Amino acid sequence: MGPGLMSGTEGPVNRARYNDPRVRGVIYQALLIAVIGALIGRGGYNAYVNMQARGIPMGFGFWNQIAGFEINLHLIPYSGVSTYGRAFWVGLLNTLLIAAICIPLATLLGFAVGVARLSPNWLSSRCALIYTNALRNTPLLLQLLFWYNAVLKSLPGPRQSLSLGDVVFLNNRGLFLPAAIPRPAATAFLAAVALACAAAVAFRVWARRRQNRTGAQAPVALVSAALLVGLPALATVAAGAPFSFESAKLSGFNLKGGVQVIPEMAALAFGLVTFTAAFIAEIVRAGVQAVPHGQVEAAAALGLHRGLATKLVIVPQAMRLIVPPLTSQYLNLIKNSSLAVFIGYPDLVQIFAGTVLNQTQAAVQVMAITMAVYLAISLGVAGALNTYNARHALKGAANV
Amino acid sequence: MSEALAFVREASEPEEPPPTFSSGAAAWAKANLFSSVGSSLTTLAFVGLVLSALPPMIAWATTNAVWSAPDGALCRQHQDGACWAFIFAKLDYLRFGSYPISERWRVNTVEAIGGCLIVWLLSPGAPRRDWAALMFFSAYPIMAFVLLHGSAALGLPIVDTLLWGGILVSFVTAVVGIVFSLPLGVLLALGRRSKMPVVRLASVMFIEFVRGVPFITILFMANTMLPLFVPESWTPDRLLRPLVGIALFSAAYMAEEVRGGLQLLGRGQYEGAMALGLNYPLMMGLVVLPQALTMVIPGIVNNFVGLFMDTTLVSIVGATDFLEAMNNAFKDPAWSGPTIMATGYVFAGMFYFVVDYGMTRYSAFVERKLAKGRRR
Repeated sequence: MGPGLMSGTEGPVNRARYNDPRVRGVIYQALLIAVIGALIGRGGYNAYVNMQARGIPMGFGFWNQIAGFEINLHLIPYSGVSTYGRAFWVGLLNTLLIAAICIPLATLLGFAVGVARLSPNWLSSRCALIYTNALRNTPLLLQLLFWYNAVLKSLPGPRQSLSLGDVVFLNNRGLFLPAAIPRPAATAFLAAVALACAAAVAFRVWARRRQNRTGAQAPVALVSAALLVGLPALATVAAGAPFSFESAKLSGFNLKGGVQVIPEMAALAFGLVTFTAAFIAEIVRAGVQAVPHGQVEAAAALGLHRGLATKLVIVPQAMRLIVPPLTSQYLNLIKNSSLAVFIGYPDLVQIFAGTVLNQTQAAVQVMAITMAVYLAISLGVAGALNTYNARHALKGAANV
Repeated sequence: MSEALAFVREASEPEEPPPTFSSGAAAWAKANLFSSVGSSLTTLAFVGLVLSALPPMIAWATTNAVWSAPDGALCRQHQDGACWAFIFAKLDYLRFGSYPISERWRVNTVEAIGGCLIVWLLSPGAPRRDWAALMFFSAYPIMAFVLLHGSAALGLPIVDTLLWGGILVSFVTAVVGIVFSLPLGVLLALGRRSKMPVVRLASVMFIEFVRGVPFITILFMANTMLPLFVPESWTPDRLLRPLVGIALFSAAYMAEEVRGGLQLLGRGQYEGAMALGLNYPLMMGLVVLPQALTMVIPGIVNNFVGLFMDTTLVSIVGATDFLEAMNNAFKDPAWSGPTIMATGYVFAGMFYFVVDYGMTRYSAFVERKLAKGRRR
């Protein structure tokens, strides 16, 4: 009710000001601001007094101090005389490393299990169901401890390693993969790969344009595959093998050479991948089953065979439903990688919110930085997802 | 037309049996296991997998297992089987932690009452489930706290929370998470949909902040920063800190579930309530929330499943939950052996699976029931 309606009708309406929703809204919000402000002010004051009393540093001066502890996995140069700031970057890179390894693997395994779950084959769908139920209903921490303590730690020592064709070794010191050592021909090989990718993308764009213009389809998948396999193969034939592979060799009591994946990382990666894959499989199943059956029948009525119907009708519609929850699973994976602290993989939380916090006592600063990093990752991915959704939303359906 | 001899059959031919693969087990197998070459190969591969993996696992857990032993010596001899004797020996510790033996009846009482309330609350046909909800969310937590912690006035000796442990702490953490996160989550969800910009902004910031960071960092924050932000004389209890963390953490997730329910509800419900002259609290309490919350019961229960699994993380700040009690039990030198850890983790896995899978099934059951009501 606007003020204009009230004035001049039948004298002043007997209505208290505090009954006006707008006035009350302002009062409530002012109260909320006052309460939050008081909490922050009071808490900040307490924190100041307590930190003064306990001699806890207030600023970020610790950032450039010598950390004095070792980290057994670092992608950038780091040693005991590096600074706390350096330790932060080591931890952040290790968190990103585990995410970069786990996300593609979890996606692959998740889609495979999801497809198995949807398969008309009763046995494969049952096995996939048991897999997803078992892993989704037990805590990730338990799974990680199981893989790390009960499985990896009880593996034989380096002398009795389990090996896969003497190329890949697994023992209680970790997983040993062959290392790829670039040769002079590697430049040509990598250039060929890059060229093949560019050519495949260009061909896809051209095929899409031509189909829009004339309706004629081009074998995009076949040509892309030929390009991606053919060009690097050609480069190899012309310039020689691009890499030499060096697998680990037993020397003394340990394996030397190759790429060693420390047991903490192997357990964390395995646990995260299998756990997240179970959730991705459920997302894939739900997404595909949500495509109305009429769509499948319509595709059949158009004369599309099963493969084409899947590729042109089912997958594009299912992906629209799969991508948003899939993204949040990726975020969960990144957040869950902080469970590294329980098995000693040196990630951001273990190094920075663990060791650095304990040594410097700068709890407020360290926690603020750690949380800001995760928050930035989450908000960044959420922003990217919103862009994707806006591009792939149903045209014409305003707000579903 | 020639005079053809008419042939009229007098008795019908004997019926032929149906084709082999059209009924019964064979037909089912053909349709579901051997419908194509690929499907047949898949079936054979999975049969091989199951046959090679399942019998050893069953043997490990049953025939090769050690069921009773005074200490780990027997288990060290039987390395190809589980050591269930270890679980039996440590069961009391796994349930109660270091809670004084003479006072453990208090834990049993609290767990029994809680179990009865939950069954009452969740049974579909039970009378007066609103009373059960009221008791579970108000009287029960207070009673449980008094009974578990003790009170001089009632003649119950005080049991320090440092002594609490095992399944008791897991349940306490989960119940505190549930009891506090639901009302807080409802408030946050309403705040997020409020027309008042400050309220909305505060709710959005809280929800997105908590959902954007790992639970471990919230626990670390509750553990290291909470004592700094309260007056020095308070010194929050060691167990209270992770409980505050878990309540705030699950409230943010609960808020998003409830918001989903609020969004599902049509505008007409709000407008109808307003037309009846109900003010905001009455509109929400009598019309909107009962419908919105009912619609998202499955989501809320699934949240509880996640919450119960997250309780395992409280050990990082020094609380001895079930999993941590198990880890402690491994350290007993009398029970050291190569099969102990695997046995312990498998048992812990079964415990969490039973609780979580039970909740998941319940949420699926409610979902089906709700879908039935909406079907025309």
